[in-house]
Amino acid sequence: MNAIAVMWIRQVKRYVRSKSRIIGSLGMPILFLVALGFGFGPIFAKAGGGDYIQFLAPGIMGMSILFMSVFNGLELIWDRQFGFLKESLVAPVSRNAIVLGRTLGGATVSTLQGIIVLIVSMLIGFQVSNWLFIPLAIFFMFLISFLFNALGTIIAAKLEDTQAFQLIVNFVIMPIFFLSGALFPIGELPSALGFVTKLNPLSYGVDSLRYTLTGFSELGIVLDFIVLIVGIIILSLIGGYLFSNLEA
Amino acid sequence: MSDMVEVKKLTKKFGDLVAVDNVSFSVKTGEIFAFLGPNGAGKSTTIKILTTLLHPTSGSAKINGFDILKQKSEIRKSFGIVFQDTSLDTELTAYENMDFHAALYNTQKDIRKDRIYDLLKFVGLFEKKDIIVKTFSGGMKRRLEIARGLIHHPKILFLDEPTLGLDAQTRNHLWEYIKKLNKEEGMTVFLTTHYLDEAEKIAEKIAIIDYGKIVAIGTVAELKKKTKTKSLEAAYLKFTGTKIREEEASSLDHLRNTVRR
Repeated sequence: MNAIAVMWIRQVKRYVRSKSRIIGSLGMPILFLVALGFGFGPIFAKAGGGDYIQFLAPGIMGMSILFMSVFNGLELIWDRQFGFLKESLVAPVSRNAIVLGRTLGGATVSTLQGIIVLIVSMLIGFQVSNWLFIPLAIFFMFLISFLFNALGTIIAAKLEDTQAFQLIVNFVIMPIFFLSGALFPIGELPSALGFVTKLNPLSYGVDSLRYTLTGFSELGIVLDFIVLIVGIIILSLIGGYLFSNLEA
Repeated sequence: MSDMVEVKKLTKKFGDLVAVDNVSFSVKTGEIFAFLGPNGAGKSTTIKILTTLLHPTSGSAKINGFDILKQKSEIRKSFGIVFQDTSLDTELTAYENMDFHAALYNTQKDIRKDRIYDLLKFVGLFEKKDIIVKTFSGGMKRRLEIARGLIHHPKILFLDEPTLGLDAQTRNHLWEYIKKLNKEEGMTVFLTTHYLDEAEKIAEKIAIIDYGKIVAIGTVAELKKKTKTKSLEAAYLKFTGTKIREEEASSLDHLRNTVRR
């Protein structure tokens, strides 16, 4: 229990202290919201989709959470390179507790990021349909964060150094982002693409945010919840297993 | 006296490279034991196996009576370690690094702060306790790591080249303190160093390892007698030769390319 709390505090402290990271990670979501939101807005409306900002903003929240979470998980590589990993590996506590604390800390951080993007979206013109659902939206943000933090940890446990970083951005993060429902509705996609998006956990994450914030859902909130929870359990088990057998 | 460290036929292979080759030795409880050898001889690999960071390919070892494969948690409680390269969280302050360690090792809350303060004073970092470690010099980081390794009062302290990059004052101070802990608390010390004069002064027993094998073991006097030399350094060179070893400039031990054929 103790170890989980200690690791959690560490992750959160590191985030709060790096102001440049907080500000820097807001650049892309704002750019996407403004450029895509206002750029595609008229076409989306003409096609009968309604207000694109309303549709897009939850997707962009999902995107920022995805990026932040995977990067948080990947921090393990830095810890390995800067040596700190060894300190946690020789500690007389369960490795599962350490990896869980790390993941929860990272998930907290990316949930905060999601909340910040929600606020920014509202400043740009995004309207929340039911304020009472906001805590539920934050809860789902946490689930998405948890899932992708665990994914980042798994990748990091398998990687030796930071060289492969670009590879992960291009072949893991970008596909997860673009092949989810973040930017476009997934209901009427060509079958192959539709199939892939339905395998992507972010599709369910974005759908849950869209439902809790705007009342619109394509996949159903219950299914969203189940997929996220199952994903979290599977990825955490894999992460815990890999971390327990990690050598330094 | 019982043995704090008991190593039997320990072998570690990385692919074709045999980093530790069928090594057996023991360290008595309360002893100061120096593990010497050229770069890439297998010192750090052995320490990593003993501290549960690496799995051995074959063989067995016990620390404080616990098996390195079956009783990892008990072993981890028993030792403290100062790694060859830094293992601090550079985004946290000196105090936070110490506190993090104390919490992981379940040091009682009421004595935690005092102990951390005492240790920080000992290594001369008390004034800097609230400064982020990123800004520390190499020597300061090393002092902090040493202080951190002592928080949980380990039964055995592993020191992997602890004085590298430290000035003579700090080195002296450090060894004095280590000796004191060894005498007063009966703490076993397992160290590696390239400063042979230091080893000669402080170590009660010395093992020399080369190409993964132990080539000599004994007290300083015994080693000198065996080689008919006057200093440990001369004896050491007799055992290991004067050839300069190649080692890849990586902290990762297994990237070594010192393949012996």
